[in-house]
Amino acid sequence: MAAVAIALPALGAFVVLALGKWPNAREAATLTTGVALFALVVSMIHPVEDGTGQGWTLLEVLPGVTLGLEVEPLGLVFALVASLLWPVTSLYAIGYMRGHHEENQTRFYFFFAIAISAAMGVAFSANLFTLFAFYEILTLCTFPLVTHHGTEEARKAGRVYLGILLTTSVGFQLLAIIWTWQIAGTVDFRPGGILAGTASKGVLSALLVLFVFGVGKAAVMPFHRWLPAAMVAPTPVSALLHAVAVVKAGVFTILKVAVYVFGLDLLGTLSSTPWLAWAAAATIILGSLVAFTKDNLKARLAYSTISQLSYIVLGALLANEAGIIGGGMHIAMHAFGKITLFFGAGAVLVAAHETDISRMHGLGRTMPITFGAFFVGALSIIGVPPAGGAWSKWFLGLGTLEAGQLGLLATLMVSSLLSLVYLLEVPVRAFFGRPPEDAHHPEGIHEAPLPSLIAIVFTALATLTLFVHPGLLHDLMTMVVSR
Amino acid sequence: MRENLPVLQVVVPLLAAPLAFLVRRPRLSWLVALGAAFWAFFAALSLLTGVLASGAIGYEIGGWEPPWGIEYRIDELSAWVLVIVSGIAAVVLPFARASVEREIERDRIPLFYTALILCMTGLLGIAATGDVFNVFVFLEISSLSAYGLIAMGQNRRALTSSYQYLIMGSVGATFIVIGIGLMYSMTGTLNMADLAERLPAVAASRTIPVAFAFLAVGVSLKLALFPLHLWLPNAYTYAPSAVTAFIASTATKVAVYMLLRFFFTVFGAAFSFEVMHLDRILMPLALVAIVAMSLVAINQENGKRLLAYSSVAQIGYMVLGISLASVLGVAAGVLHLFNHALMKGSLFMAMGCVMYRVGSCRVEAMAGLGKTMPFTMAAFVVGGLSLIGVPLTVGFISKWYLVQAALEKGMWGIAAVVLLGSLLALAYVWKVVEVAYFRPPPDGPGVREAPLSLLIPTWVLVAANLWFGIDAKTTAGVALRAARMLLGAGS
Repeated sequence: MAAVAIALPALGAFVVLALGKWPNAREAATLTTGVALFALVVSMIHPVEDGTGQGWTLLEVLPGVTLGLEVEPLGLVFALVASLLWPVTSLYAIGYMRGHHEENQTRFYFFFAIAISAAMGVAFSANLFTLFAFYEILTLCTFPLVTHHGTEEARKAGRVYLGILLTTSVGFQLLAIIWTWQIAGTVDFRPGGILAGTASKGVLSALLVLFVFGVGKAAVMPFHRWLPAAMVAPTPVSALLHAVAVVKAGVFTILKVAVYVFGLDLLGTLSSTPWLAWAAAATIILGSLVAFTKDNLKARLAYSTISQLSYIVLGALLANEAGIIGGGMHIAMHAFGKITLFFGAGAVLVAAHETDISRMHGLGRTMPITFGAFFVGALSIIGVPPAGGAWSKWFLGLGTLEAGQLGLLATLMVSSLLSLVYLLEVPVRAFFGRPPEDAHHPEGIHEAPLPSLIAIVFTALATLTLFVHPGLLHDLMTMVVSR
Repeated sequence: MRENLPVLQVVVPLLAAPLAFLVRRPRLSWLVALGAAFWAFFAALSLLTGVLASGAIGYEIGGWEPPWGIEYRIDELSAWVLVIVSGIAAVVLPFARASVEREIERDRIPLFYTALILCMTGLLGIAATGDVFNVFVFLEISSLSAYGLIAMGQNRRALTSSYQYLIMGSVGATFIVIGIGLMYSMTGTLNMADLAERLPAVAASRTIPVAFAFLAVGVSLKLALFPLHLWLPNAYTYAPSAVTAFIASTATKVAVYMLLRFFFTVFGAAFSFEVMHLDRILMPLALVAIVAMSLVAINQENGKRLLAYSSVAQIGYMVLGISLASVLGVAAGVLHLFNHALMKGSLFMAMGCVMYRVGSCRVEAMAGLGKTMPFTMAAFVVGGLSLIGVPLTVGFISKWYLVQAALEKGMWGIAAVVLLGSLLALAYVWKVVEVAYFRPPPDGPGVREAPLSLLIPTWVLVAANLWFGIDAKTTAGVALRAARMLLGAGS
């Protein structure tokens, strides 16, 4: 079934390619595939809750090294988020790409579907080798999306993107994987981990450093530059890939490595764990501070993402149950909140042709729904009720207390305050600010195209719903730590 | 016929060579060459399956028992190299027809195919024989025909490149024959197995270390080990496209085979590495080759030259694995022989497609080819990813074993250099990719996609890059067996 979840979007990609001449049919293909994929992933919930998750070995690449898949609760959380937001983003993209008169749309939808297929592969991989393979495919197939416009700026951004992501993954992560294979004799994900007792604490500590920095997609500083660079991509790409699929594949990998390769018991005893937790904390604060200085809305959101991703990395490194639960839930909570914010940024670009926050003053009266949704998304990122983000922050806070790290708790609080200011500034000024003199904001109500608007409202409502019904997420994450 | 295969493997192509010349007509001589290559491939595959099933196969030429007569001896390693050489020939020849008609004058085409088959014969002979003097003879056959092939390139600089290669190659071959002569003077035998038995008794003499040194330098010249690689970039750049694809994938590989044969089978790993400390010279040179030559590749403005420097760097990987002198390390080297043949073959063939349509391999001239020649450039991208070592390509499998071999010995730095090399490969591959996909095509008559007769062979190799990257059990299994055999660790 996991294999079908990977094959389905890949198949959809080729249907998209075949239907390139008929835009409506092409988009219908994307949406149908997306809904079918989500339905498929939802159907996996019950077996996992009953504890009858399955594993499959697709083929053996080298003796003992297999391309293998399995459905387990953590992967399911990631897969649910990505597969639900894919059709929603596609709906949004229809309005955005047409409204913004983008070129090469067939190529765009094609690589988009391939990227989702790779994300599913990451979510359902049963060992480090499989995960690494899909991780790299995800990097490569998003490259044409980042450089979609083909301009000099896009080319340069593409270099940074590929450069950092491949340098970290090949230089550190691959080394860590081969090393794991060397000392543990397996690269499978197993409850409780595979590394305990295989090598000295010093070696394992070094290995952990290689893993945390080797997963460049988690954007722990100083390997974060690729994420702002990727913002040259069309907004749907930034929204789904660089707020959800790609970056979450990164933090997901770190959670997975923490729980199933190291195991929480071992993780808590390594000498590098606290240092890395502080590196994540530094990223949280620095990301927020840099976000302050950005006037370009997408750039501000990108730095906010960098900061928020490190919440999850931190959660993993707390090495206790609350931290893992909080981190896992934050994958979903941040995804819904941040995608809403990106949808908003794109809607402003399409409807009012503005990219800078200082020029959005007063736009709230023209685009009330967009900025209303933006407000909800911002609440979730800040982590206050009635938005879903409150729950993940709650558990992360509990985790820091359980670990006895008051400094880290303070970090979380300070960062929340910072995000409160730099995120809420946008809707507040849009609703209450005075438009700049030379701005040509449309008269009356002028929102983004309808498909985009539906998507924005959907994700904003989902953010609110997750506050009321976080049960499924919490249950799945509890299963992860109790397996 | 089966018991005669070891010799037929070499004799049939040897007889096909003059035939290709005598038929005179370009098409016919191509057919003869194609037939010879397919025969060789078939023979090599059946030899490999035979060896894997029931161990090494020996053949006494003329019924003279070794060590008096010449013995052909096919073990895991030689069968492996036979498959690589003949397999690449069988893919390059279908590609060659159109490419050669475009790049070489019509009346020289029969000569071209004659030389190409001779070159293949020589390379096959080196791998098949169990006699060191015979190695030298076949080395000369393959080298002389290679000089001729390179000289047939369109650019006038092909002549000087070929001459440069001739000088360096002859120095190398002379060193090798001196080494062989010295060994003969001490032992009175030329048979490899016999030499291996007799050498330890005389190893304490001064002659044998001298022979060892001559062979080490001679073989290193032939395999273009840094800093003895100077002949290679020009030769690869100016040779006709099909020749570059063939030689780049086979000639240096066979030289690596000679390295393994001389230093593991004849001298024995214990003598080579524990007494003579061959690793102390090979390892640093290999590391420098990986880093320095990749950096040089980044600065090249000609696609073929860029790939040529990349080849020197990749040879560094093979030598590095061998210099670790462990089962995993040697297996990584042997595996990379095959894997690198696949990647460089497909990349140089993609360059051949570019040459066919654009008439140049300068990186600048590839502007916009991502749009106009999508299949060619896609082949280049996949080949390039394999060179970088992205998972699910053969390049990844090589890296996997090489890094593992380094970590096994606790050699941290070496694992890091191997991975650094991957990143440098990314830089030079992406240089071409960016020009092809981000620069608009120049004005003027548009360039069309290369014809199918070029694309299909190219994509066959590209597919092999993926196939053996996804299911590497067979290739890795053979490499491991060959490594165990070389190190005498039993199988």
